[in-house]
Amino acid sequence: MELEAAKMIGAGLAAIALAGAGVGIGLIFGNYLSGAMRNPSAAQKQFPNLLLGFALAEATGLFGLVVALIILFAF
Amino acid sequence: MATNPMHQFNVHKIGPEIKIGGIDLSFTNASLFMLFSAILILLFLLFGTKEKKIVPGKIQLISEMLYGFVAKMISDTAGKKAKPYFPFIFSLFIFILFCNMIGMLPYSFTVTSHIIVTLAFAVFIFVGVTILGFAIHGFKYLKIFVPSGVPIVLLPIIMIIEIISYLSRPISLSVRLFANMMAGHTMLKVFGGFVISLGLVAGWLPLTFSIALTGLEILVAFLQAYVFAILTCIYLNDALNLHH
Repeated sequence: MELEAAKMIGAGLAAIALAGAGVGIGLIFGNYLSGAMRNPSAAQKQFPNLLLGFALAEATGLFGLVVALIILFAF
Repeated sequence: MATNPMHQFNVHKIGPEIKIGGIDLSFTNASLFMLFSAILILLFLLFGTKEKKIVPGKIQLISEMLYGFVAKMISDTAGKKAKPYFPFIFSLFIFILFCNMIGMLPYSFTVTSHIIVTLAFAVFIFVGVTILGFAIHGFKYLKIFVPSGVPIVLLPIIMIIEIISYLSRPISLSVRLFANMMAGHTMLKVFGGFVISLGLVAGWLPLTFSIALTGLEILVAFLQAYVFAILTCIYLNDALNLHH
């Protein structure tokens, strides 16, 4: 296989990591909403934790994106 | 596509080339935007605290809100012992926030979208927190690698995992900020390229998407500064209050 083609395939495979980030963000917001529906008075206090969890989950997917970009542009 | 979406991250020299001992210390657009955000923060906080009114004006209100926000964040996550580190966390948070926000302006340069900048922050924090932990607790600080309530059989494995997770802190801290900024800006430019290439007929669709993405990116810019600061607080908490 040519190097250029292998790079493209590798970058595409590395971007699969974003699927995990999607699942994680969905879980965080879904669970926050269901918790907030059960106990709305406690919801406001947990909002910073929601944002923190969102950012942490999004970052793991972006690590995969960084790997893809490194394969494409750095090698 | 009109231009390469990675073109925005190019660092180029402004003014003459300065070299000291083989190290290139020239003034670049990255240094220009760092200087720009530092001056902006300075002016903003100077105007905010110039006339200390009982009924605050707009700028004073915003700067007081920022102070209260960071002070509450530190006391919530790291407790009362972290009060002396407030100036450091505050300047870290506000500098990253301003760099991210200035990066959202068209034709500007995002300083935090370069890993060397964020890695410098993160390594500084990591080394500082480690020195602080050893200075306060002595060799008892190594207890951070031994969580309480773990069966003795599992302890070696857990210890290795804890050590790896401790050592990977600067990498994850820096890559998180850098990757978010870089991915967001690349995505904006890619959708901007779609608007140009699709033209007047179908270009409206990516344009609306791109406007929505700009809103998301402003949220992310704030959020990543917040996450960076709060993770620094959590690391500080580990060093100050050894509770394992």
